[in-house]
Amino acid sequence: MAILSKEEAKQILEKVISFSKADGLVANLNGNNSGNIRYARNTVSTAGENSDVTLGVQAYYGKKSGVATVNEFDTASLEKVVRRAEELAKLAPENPEFMEPLPQQEYGESKTYAEATAKITPDYRAQAAANSINPAAAKDVTAAGFLEDNNSFAAMMNTKGLFAYNKATNVDFTVTMRSNDGTGSGWVTRDYNDVSKLNTAEASQIAIDKALGSRNAKAIEPGKYTVILEPAASAELLGNMFFSMGARQADEGRSFLSKKGGGTKLGEKLVDERINIYADPFNTEAPAAPWTGDGQARKKLDIIKNGVVSNLFYDRYWASQKNVAPVPFPGNVIFEGGTASVEDMIKDTKKGILVTRFWYIRSVDPQTQLYTGLTRDSTFFIENGKIKHPIKNFRFNESPVIMLNNLEALGKQVRTGGNLIPYMKIRDFTFTSLSDAV
Amino acid sequence: MKRRDFIQIAGLGASAMVLPFSSFGNIVDPMRVLEPGMDVAQKKLLADTALNAAKASGATYADVRIGRYLNQFIITRENKVENVVNTESFGTGVRVIANGTWGFASTNDVSPDGIAKAAKQAVLIAKANSKVQKDPVKLAPVQSYGEVSYKTPIQKNAFEVPIKDKVDLLLNANAKAMENGADYINNLLFLVNEQKYFASTEGSYIDQDVHRTWPVFTVTVIDKQSGTYKERDSFSSPVGMGYEYLDGKAEDKIQAPGDVVLYNKSYDMVEDATFAAEQAKQLLSAKSVEPGKYDLALEPSHLWLTIHESVGHPLELDRVLGYEANYAGTSFATLDKWKTKTFNYGSKQVNLFADKTQVGSLGAVGYDDEGVKCKRWDLVKDGILVNYQAIRDQAAIIGEKESHGCCYADNWNSLQFQRMANVSLAPGKEQLSVQQLIGGIDKGIYIVKDGSFSIDQQRYNFQFGGQLYFEIKNGKIAGMLKDVSYQSNTQEFWNSCAQVCDERDYRLNGSFFDGKGQPGQISAVSHGSATARFNGVNVINTARSI
Repeated sequence: MAILSKEEAKQILEKVISFSKADGLVANLNGNNSGNIRYARNTVSTAGENSDVTLGVQAYYGKKSGVATVNEFDTASLEKVVRRAEELAKLAPENPEFMEPLPQQEYGESKTYAEATAKITPDYRAQAAANSINPAAAKDVTAAGFLEDNNSFAAMMNTKGLFAYNKATNVDFTVTMRSNDGTGSGWVTRDYNDVSKLNTAEASQIAIDKALGSRNAKAIEPGKYTVILEPAASAELLGNMFFSMGARQADEGRSFLSKKGGGTKLGEKLVDERINIYADPFNTEAPAAPWTGDGQARKKLDIIKNGVVSNLFYDRYWASQKNVAPVPFPGNVIFEGGTASVEDMIKDTKKGILVTRFWYIRSVDPQTQLYTGLTRDSTFFIENGKIKHPIKNFRFNESPVIMLNNLEALGKQVRTGGNLIPYMKIRDFTFTSLSDAV
Repeated sequence: MKRRDFIQIAGLGASAMVLPFSSFGNIVDPMRVLEPGMDVAQKKLLADTALNAAKASGATYADVRIGRYLNQFIITRENKVENVVNTESFGTGVRVIANGTWGFASTNDVSPDGIAKAAKQAVLIAKANSKVQKDPVKLAPVQSYGEVSYKTPIQKNAFEVPIKDKVDLLLNANAKAMENGADYINNLLFLVNEQKYFASTEGSYIDQDVHRTWPVFTVTVIDKQSGTYKERDSFSSPVGMGYEYLDGKAEDKIQAPGDVVLYNKSYDMVEDATFAAEQAKQLLSAKSVEPGKYDLALEPSHLWLTIHESVGHPLELDRVLGYEANYAGTSFATLDKWKTKTFNYGSKQVNLFADKTQVGSLGAVGYDDEGVKCKRWDLVKDGILVNYQAIRDQAAIIGEKESHGCCYADNWNSLQFQRMANVSLAPGKEQLSVQQLIGGIDKGIYIVKDGSFSIDQQRYNFQFGGQLYFEIKNGKIAGMLKDVSYQSNTQEFWNSCAQVCDERDYRLNGSFFDGKGQPGQISAVSHGSATARFNGVNVINTARSI
């Protein structure tokens, strides 16, 4: 039952809409089949599967709205959930920010589904784990990893005639490899819509090599260093910044994009002019759903072009207040890269640090987008174009805004967390203390 | 229920779509959450059905949890109610051991057939996983408790308080903040009721009714001229209490140094909103800290998070053993250090204990989610590491005869595993007030309430910020500071602990959403302390210009 076809979803939603007695109704139907396997200490610790379908109904009278959800789909249950949403709407206080639902929109063709991922079995997961554990055990390394796959659909319909449907698959894999002497650790992450692109043995070998190569790291003094950030290292920092690019916060004066004396930095140069970042739901390597949860169509959208802030995100209410078109929050981010491989970038570095990933990133000051966190799972010192030796982990305090102004070079893009992010070389990255953690 | 979902919810209004809420369960009407759940006798029959089905399929051990999880969110900003949402999630999870291996299955079909099917499925999974099992599971013995029950000792069930009263309280607080100079306030009330029934083949049938409450707001003030803004979070705490926490009784108010008012067992939201607006304004013009070494006086509303991150997590045995290596990480507090019986976790003043029985705490229950009666035990005694937090299948590893009773699952469809107990710093044994403690500091900073936090994966290096910072000069408060964070190393930090105020200053604070595991689960946990002094801690200045 969990994955309904477009026609099946439409039939249920039409029935739901037909029960509406309110001024209007929005119905969202979502289903998900997911599976996972977790391993640690070179053995499987837990494995499971989950399947769920939920119908959410939002009814409204004027600016009063109520929501109810259900996961039973017989006719009586469908009518009951509509009545409940309507009763809640009548009781709700008026919300001046309520927006009536949209009429039918035009959506591009989704690229988020891959049949191979939908067909993952427990045996596949067990083999994927074994392909990761066995080479580790052979090298005096201990593996701890997690593989999770999702096959989902989303459908919505409203009383204004809008109908939208999308199905998506995704697989996420991470593994931490630790040398058995406790002095080395490596990590790798992979995510795809299509599981046929995933090779846990190949990915695990990278983490094993890093674990062995990072043993007996040396301490160097904290300070400002040139860094080469692997895409997985910069992705979360950049994601935090994008998440803070809401127009409302900027207009209200509580954002890094608010300006002295009022107004926002929309249209102003924020970072190095070589930086181009956009959203594109139809990118084949890292696609996103072609519509948002409230039915808006997602399109290709510039976020930062030639270093200039080209869009802030406007929800429908705020857009109506500011007389602009809504700009929905993107489903993915494509950060344009260059052609250099990480090896090329290391060769071009006189003195620097190669960072595998950052960990425990938390906001220190939202006004300046200052974040702190630590390097983790293999950090290396580069000298005269070569990796010299592993170094102990550092704590950093840095802002992605400052970081993107200190750009030295962009390398190849890699898919990370559903986005495409390039390797980046950054000068004067601020490390503030040493950590003994391995 | 995921921490990420909550973060999303906290930032959402009614214009946002329904889906993040539905990860907590079905969205229902407010009356529904007041209806009694399934009768205990019926739960016992169903539980026996599951246990018998598991045994018949070859399980050597089985436990079943029948859970009804209720939540209520009230979300406001300024003079608007953005959303009121009630959720209910009901179902059952069966965990078994077969061939020496764990297996788990869950279902929302809480019928005799549904529950038996889940039990059989759990045994199938256990048998399949046993092919790769290297160490058969060994459970520490547990007493058979028979039919018992526990209820959080609440005075007022917050779900029974009319929504209008709650909305009025929040909007009233918002109005006070705005009157006193706030530009914005986001104010949220979050209620939890876990109605959970546990039974196992050990012969226990445990019915528990657990309540938690968390009011939380953030006030923002903006100086348009300079283009800067400051925020101050509420000085409330998430609690294992009912609506009585919002009574704001005079006896629960604490006049702290720096003209700060803090709260103990009840909270005055309206008053705090007023102070929040005033203090956020003061922060705009506060002096930026000079980086360097300071003696820190850390208030319990701040220190709880440092305890949580640098003591609670590294002393979780599953982390020590490597089960969390791929996500939360491992621990510097390895078994070889513990075995020496001389590992100086902290100075002699440092006594840290775990306790799942503290009244009003988030972690307090009668029995954990594998049917072990909860208790208090020492983790660090007179500065020495003496114990960890362990559950039934781990107790033997550290030579314990019984589990510590800290097993938890965040829903009926989540597999229970080792979670943090309430971990607290014991108050000092000698009489010492906060004023006396501050009076002894020449160059220091008094830090109130938690702020930014980050720690490495083995829990050595950390950095913490707060909400309010006061400079201490020659034993006296010398004004407000801003841009303060301190960095230290866990062992060095706890060994720099010079003084802990006495029990008069002991208070709990905590987290509603401690995340761990893959797939991720959340857990609520409290941490108590009195104000404590840490000497010579490295303070950095976090001001930047972009």
